[in-house]
Amino acid sequence: MPEAIVSTAAAAQAPGDRPPAPGFLVQVARIAAKDLVIEWKSREILATSAFLAVVVVLIFSFAFVVGGTQPPPPVTAGILWVAVIISGTVGLGRTFDRERDGEAIRALLLSPVPRAALYAGKLVATILLMCGVEVLVVILAGLFFSASAVHVGRIALLLALGTIGFAAVGCVFSAALLRSKSRDVLLSTLLYPIVVPILIAGARGTAHLLDPTPDLDAAVFWTQFLVSVDVIFLVVGFWAFEPVIAGD
Amino acid sequence: MQPATPATTSAVAPLLVEGVGRTFGRRRALVDVSTTMRPGEITAVVGPNGAGKSTLLAILATLVGPTSGAVRWGDVVLRKGCAARAYLGYVGHEPGLYMDLGALANLELFCRLYGLDDPPRRSRALLDRVGLRDAADDVPVRTFSRGMLQRVALARALLHQPSILLFDEPGSALDPAGATWLAGELGRERSAGRVVVLVTHDLDAAGALAEHLIILRRGRVVCDERRPAPWGAIAVRAAYAESCRDA
Repeated sequence: MPEAIVSTAAAAQAPGDRPPAPGFLVQVARIAAKDLVIEWKSREILATSAFLAVVVVLIFSFAFVVGGTQPPPPVTAGILWVAVIISGTVGLGRTFDRERDGEAIRALLLSPVPRAALYAGKLVATILLMCGVEVLVVILAGLFFSASAVHVGRIALLLALGTIGFAAVGCVFSAALLRSKSRDVLLSTLLYPIVVPILIAGARGTAHLLDPTPDLDAAVFWTQFLVSVDVIFLVVGFWAFEPVIAGD
Repeated sequence: MQPATPATTSAVAPLLVEGVGRTFGRRRALVDVSTTMRPGEITAVVGPNGAGKSTLLAILATLVGPTSGAVRWGDVVLRKGCAARAYLGYVGHEPGLYMDLGALANLELFCRLYGLDDPPRRSRALLDRVGLRDAADDVPVRTFSRGMLQRVALARALLHQPSILLFDEPGSALDPAGATWLAGELGRERSAGRVVVLVTHDLDAAGALAEHLIILRRGRVVCDERRPAPWGAIAVRAAYAESCRDA
């Protein structure tokens, strides 16, 4: 009975007649799923991010792997994290393009989705896409630099924590630059100084784990440091997102 | 998220605009705008470029907050981003759609975001209503013509049966057949007892549809009159010319 839905007789509801809006987590899941579905159809972010990450790893491998000599662990860790940050920046630059295109952001802001759920949904989708690229980067780094796979779980944890912090602050900047013409340039300029702690902690922690004699205590310290940074960035992200996205 | 319930729950309450002003930096986009927009009638807001029409609509849509004054809907004050936005439908210059998704996927997505029952059925019914029953499900709306996009945009705005419908130049870039169709849809929404606000440069369209005419100039209301039936193009043009003389 489609007419029952769209007929004029059913129109002009009084408030209070509506079903309750979906819960926060449901809305987060829907926003994230929407982004992932669109990405699955276009594969724009994944393709460009992965390509850039591979290029970065390849360039460094040509530069540092000379005569079969492998670079020391801190260099391998640095390469890994630089590849992650650079490819992640490309992905972040496109995060809100879908909302800008066709002014979908306006329809989204008018929907009953809480701004915080919008932020969390975009964040989840960004993290998942970045993690997909990171799997590729880790495999390539392992192959080209013969990196030790003994502590791959701990390295994955460091990468996941770094990705959360990076995406938390990156989504806010990406939203802030939604209508800026030079957003690609501005995003890197604004983002990199702020994510330096993540880069340092991730690279140092990973270097300790890649070392032939791993320093697990140091790795734990950097992991805890990343957790602290993530908490700060997430709190600031949730606090800053609403005024940023709804800016007049 | 349920907004506070306006006092008039059995019918749609009118929109009361009370002394609304809005400044952007040093520029005054709206100055002390007061009017009432009633359900079951179409309010046309006309005026030259820069008169503040779109700003007024954005304030009604809770996308922009007023610098002074307030918009009331029943006993709810429509503030920027307030929960009552769930009762608004908005059709602007741009379609407000995800261009990489198909028409059905777009409508189903917004159905789910609004927490509506049976998104596929509701979405198909609305596509049927706007004449896009045969639009392929898997074709991105990016490939649609401007007229088709506007039809999907209207379907998206009507999904949740909003009490207040806001249109910002909905007929721009539509061909005559599309404009006629849109006029019919606006009339249908008026008959449904909604508050319908139409911002337009098209004085003929405003005259054909609107019982309530607001003319803005430099952010101020220079004409705010209602008639029992649509004004007609000649009367709107006369009122517009008169307001220009006064200014």
